[in-house]
Amino acid sequence: MYKYTIEPFQEMFAAPDFLLQVLWEGLVSGILYALIALGFVLIFRSSRIFNFAQGIMVVFAALTLVGLHAMGVPAWISVGLTLVVMLILAISIERVVLRPLVGQPDIILFMATIGITLFLIGFGEIIFGGENKVMITEELGIPTDSFVLEPWGGLLILEQKDITAVAVAALLVAGLLLFLNKTRMGRAIRALGDDHQAALSVGISLQTIWVLVWFIAGIIALVTGIAWGARAGVSFALEVIAYKALPVLMLGGLESITGAIIGGLMIGMLEKLFEIYWGQPFLGGNTETWFAFVLALIVLLFRPQGLFGERIIERV
Amino acid sequence: MFYRTAGQFKTSYKADQALFPVRQDAILLMVILAFAWVVFPLTASEFTFQTLLIPVLIYALAAMGLNILTGFAGQLSLGTAAFMGVGAYACYKLITIFPWMNPIVAIMLSGIFSAGIGVAFGIPSLRIKGFYLAIATLAAQFFLVWLFEKWAWLYNYNASGAIQVPNIEMAGVWISGPQASSITQYYVVLAVVTIMTILCINLTRGTLGRTWKATRDMDIAAELIGINLMKSKLTAFAISSYIVGVSGALFVFMWRGAAEPNLFDIQLSFRVLFIAIIGGLGSIMGNYLGAILIVGLPVVLNIVPSALGIPISSATVEHLNIMIVGALIIFFLIIEPHGLNQLWRLIREKLTIWPFPH
Repeated sequence: MYKYTIEPFQEMFAAPDFLLQVLWEGLVSGILYALIALGFVLIFRSSRIFNFAQGIMVVFAALTLVGLHAMGVPAWISVGLTLVVMLILAISIERVVLRPLVGQPDIILFMATIGITLFLIGFGEIIFGGENKVMITEELGIPTDSFVLEPWGGLLILEQKDITAVAVAALLVAGLLLFLNKTRMGRAIRALGDDHQAALSVGISLQTIWVLVWFIAGIIALVTGIAWGARAGVSFALEVIAYKALPVLMLGGLESITGAIIGGLMIGMLEKLFEIYWGQPFLGGNTETWFAFVLALIVLLFRPQGLFGERIIERV
Repeated sequence: MFYRTAGQFKTSYKADQALFPVRQDAILLMVILAFAWVVFPLTASEFTFQTLLIPVLIYALAAMGLNILTGFAGQLSLGTAAFMGVGAYACYKLITIFPWMNPIVAIMLSGIFSAGIGVAFGIPSLRIKGFYLAIATLAAQFFLVWLFEKWAWLYNYNASGAIQVPNIEMAGVWISGPQASSITQYYVVLAVVTIMTILCINLTRGTLGRTWKATRDMDIAAELIGINLMKSKLTAFAISSYIVGVSGALFVFMWRGAAEPNLFDIQLSFRVLFIAIIGGLGSIMGNYLGAILIVGLPVVLNIVPSALGIPISSATVEHLNIMIVGALIIFFLIIEPHGLNQLWRLIREKLTIWPFPH
C-alpha cells in the first residue's frame, strides 16, 4: 500500500525539476486537447451536433497545409489557402450533410459526422497519401530552439515551439471569447445555443451560423494541426488525439467553453503524472490511452453534467 | 398481387399477435432459411464463406446485441468491440483451461463473462445519459483493450501477445482452428445466430422488451408508471453484452482464427454501430440488412474496378472504399434515417395495395 500511495509523492518531491518537466509536457498536450474540445463545444452549443469529425478536420487541415507547401506555394499563402479550403469544407458539410438532416434525432447526426470522418480519411489519403509528413515549422517562422532552465540545480527543457503553441492557443481562445461576447455574429451563435426556435424567430439565419461555426471549428483545427504536427509529424495517427478530447468534454461539460479549456489542461497534466509515477512503474505503461476516460467517468458519477456543464433539469 | 393480405382473417387476439400475422412473411422467411441452411452451403466457394457468409452472420449478431442496448433500451454505446473482445478472450481461457469442454458450450458460456463486465460498465448509465454515457462507454473500450494487451495471463503468456485458436474436435469433426473447414464453421455460426435471433425476437416482444422501449422513449415517464429503471437498464446491458460477447467468441473462433488486442479497437465498435443504425435502430431484421450492406460493399467495390478493367492500385481501392462507405452512410441517413428496416416496411406497405394504390 505504502509503495502505491506514498512513494510516488516522495519521488515527486525528490526531483522537483523532473516533476515540472512532466507537468509542462502535460500542459502542452492539455492545451491541444482543449483546442480540439473547443471545436466540439462550439458546434455542440449552436447545433446540438456531437461533431465526431473534429479530429479528422485537424488532420485534414494540417495535410492540406503541408501538401500545398510541397507544391511550391509560400508558407503563409498556403495557410490562407488552407483556410479557404476549410471554408469550402464547412459550406459543403452544411449544404450536403446537415441541411437535409435538420431535426433528426441526435444519434443520426452523430452518425453522419462519423460518415464525414470516414469520407475525409479516404479523400485525404487519396489526395495526400498516407505516409507521415513533416510540418513546415520553420517556414512558418516558429522557433525550434529550446530554453534550458535550471531550477533547484536540476534541468528543465522548454521547447520554443511548445511555448509558441501555448501562446497562440491562448490568443485564439481570447479572440474567440471576444468574438462570441462582443460581436453581432458571436451573439447570434450564443442565442442559437440557448434556444433554437427563439433565435430563428428573431431572424437569425440557421444556415449562415452553422457554416460560420464549422468554419471556426476549421480554423481551430488548423491551429491544432500546426501545433501538434510540429511535435509529432502529420499523419492520420493524429486522429487518435481527437479521442482524447472526448473525456475533456465529459469532464468540462458539453456546453462550456471554460470547461473545455480547464478540463483539457487538467486531463493533459493528470494523465502525464499518472503515467510517469504510477502507470510505468506499476501497470506496465501506456495508461494514457484510458486514464482520461476513467477519470472523467468517475467525475461524472458525482456530477452527471460535467464540472462546468449546464445543470440538467428533467421534466416529464 | 403477390403480397395481398386480403382474405387472411384473424379470429383471435392470439392469431393477431402471432410472430408472422401475414402469411407471405412466413413463406419469405422459410425461403430465406432454406437458402441459408441448404442452398448457400451447397453452392458457396471457400472465398464466399470467408468474406461474405460467415462475417455477415457474426456482424449481424454483434449488431443485434448492440441494437438491444441502443435501439430498444436507448443507451448509446461505443464500446461494443471491447465486449466482443471480452467474449473472445473468455472463450480462449475456457478452452485452454478446460480442454475437454464442448466448444459450443464454451462459446455460450463466454458471453456470461462479457455480460458481467457489461453490467459493471452499465452502472454509470443510472446517472449519466445521452452523449455523456456514450463517452463513458469509451472508457470500457480503451481500458479493456489496454488490459488485453497488458494482462499476460489472458493470452497464456504468449511471446506474440496474440491468441491463437487451437484445433478443436467435436463428434469427429474439426470445428475450429486451422484444420476446420469453412462449411462446418458456417453451420456452427448459423445455428448459434439462428437461436439467438429467435430469442431476441421473443425477448423484445415480451415484458422485458416493452420495459426497455418505455425506458428508451422517456425514462422519467417510465419510472413514474412503475418501471424499475435500474433493472431495465442493467438487464439491457447484461443481455446486450451477452450477445455481443458470444459474437466476439464466434468472431475469433469461427472466423479469424487468431486475435490481437487491437483487433477489438474502436473502428470495430463503429462498424457494428453503423450496421445497427443503417439497418435500423429498434429492429431485429435490420441488423441482417445492415450487415449485408457493410460487409458486402467493400467486397463488391474490390471486384468492380478489376472487372471493368480499370487499373487502380490496391491501396487506392482501399481508400476509395473508406470514402465511399462514408458517403453511403451519409446518403442512407439522409434518405431513410430509420434504416433499411423502415425502407423494407414502406416497400411492403406499397406492395400490399399494388397495383391499385387508392
